[in-house]
Amino acid sequence: MLLIRCPYCEEERPELEFRNAGEAHIARSANMAGESDDDFEKFFFIRSNPKGIIYERWRHMHGCARFFNAVRDTVTDKFIMTYKAGEPKPSKLPKNSNEVVAK
Amino acid sequence: MKKYSVFAIAREAMRGHKGWEEQWSSPEPKKEYDVIIVGAGGHGLATAYYLATVHGITNVAVLEKGWLGGGNTGRNTTIIRSNYLYDESAGIYDHALKLWDGLSQELNYNVMYSARGVMMLAHNVHDIQVLKRHVHANRLNGIDNEWLSPEQAKEFCPPLNISRDARYPVVGAALQRRGGTARHDAVAWGYARGASARGVHIIQNCEVTGVKRAANGAVMGVDTTRGFIGAKKVGVVAAGHSSVIMNMAGVRMPLESYPLQALVSEPVKPVVPCVVMSNTVHAYISQSDKGELVIGAGTDQYVSYSQTGGLHILQHTLDAICEMFPIFTRMKMLRSWGGIVDVTPDRSPILAKTPVPGLYVNCGWGTGGFKATPGSGHVFAHTIAKDDPHPINAPFTIERFRTGRLIDEAAAAAVAH
Repeated sequence: MLLIRCPYCEEERPELEFRNAGEAHIARSANMAGESDDDFEKFFFIRSNPKGIIYERWRHMHGCARFFNAVRDTVTDKFIMTYKAGEPKPSKLPKNSNEVVAK
Repeated sequence: MKKYSVFAIAREAMRGHKGWEEQWSSPEPKKEYDVIIVGAGGHGLATAYYLATVHGITNVAVLEKGWLGGGNTGRNTTIIRSNYLYDESAGIYDHALKLWDGLSQELNYNVMYSARGVMMLAHNVHDIQVLKRHVHANRLNGIDNEWLSPEQAKEFCPPLNISRDARYPVVGAALQRRGGTARHDAVAWGYARGASARGVHIIQNCEVTGVKRAANGAVMGVDTTRGFIGAKKVGVVAAGHSSVIMNMAGVRMPLESYPLQALVSEPVKPVVPCVVMSNTVHAYISQSDKGELVIGAGTDQYVSYSQTGGLHILQHTLDAICEMFPIFTRMKMLRSWGGIVDVTPDRSPILAKTPVPGLYVNCGWGTGGFKATPGSGHVFAHTIAKDDPHPINAPFTIERFRTGRLIDEAAAAAVAH
């Protein structure tokens, strides 16, 4: 079971308290009806599914119930960092994670 | 290839078993092949086998980054059934089931297919409606599936607890008698032996690191840890890693990869005569010929390639197993493991041509690909050989996620494969 740090509660809590909510930073179109089939497919179905660093959403379901984002390595399942919803995708990851980032 | 038979056993017994030959050869890779298959699991090897036997294409290499059958082929719970709801699914899974029957004879290799019956339990009114709908849909498609009362279910599977006091009371069941199990390793080995005997090169410890495309976009071959290998046709059959390989060719896929776990108990005398599944409580169980109870658990909730998975997933499944079969509460579990399954949004596979000329993909089998192995290989070989899908796999395109023509088994049977 994973230990996940909720950026709102500022605490590491067991995975059982959380729900994974899929890939992060996928923007929903403001004009959904106007989307082309190609763009809707990309938004709705296509996922990056990386072997390595993933940016994903989690929800602290049985805690503060808020959504936040996390950076995790999908090979080791190790979390590199978590950050609040609405914050930009980190352009630089913390130094101590250089090894994983190099992948 | 020397034929396996009772006479071969007798002959070798006289000779001290010195005459057995290797089941498949391990040649050095050539510079170029007609077809490259990426992934030597059951589906990839079956594809190579049918390319050779049905289509006469033998200049084929199957590339495997690890060892043959060491991925999900060696990690699944070996269940075979075809009682899917939709016509498209019924078509492909029953095509496979028909090939299972007689596969040992065809391959001259005992895959231990045992049609011991797959029984799916209903625990509430909703389950009854869903399973009866399956029974009727299956019958319309010519697939056997029948409704059982709790007493009939108990008669078919004596250790089942049908007490009304159970946490998950059994209120009925759907039974597909032709369903059952097979020996997973033997399936990979049998196809590998048959393909190798017809000239297919099986190259293990050879990881694909890139897909090369010509100026016009068509596939030229693959970069591997053993150098570049050319081919005008490349079939990607890489299970959990399919999207990784497809990304190398510049194709983004509607796939996500999750850990899926299974476990086996200590071996005991025969006690579970069939496969029992419950979608509602998410547990399924059968007994291997070695005597181990084989139990399938669920997927983790997050994308991962770690081949592990969380302990609470196993506990959840074992809680349900112990409720349904109180006699197993004191069994010791021997081993547990995880495999990485590639899941599509509608939980149906993709067996198709891709936007890249010469590149084909067979993926998205999610949590239930083993049962389809022979059928999948058979129609995928057709797709590669003819550059056109077989009518059976024609609906399983990548484009369905753009057109909306989904085969939504997720809504029909989201779990328990």
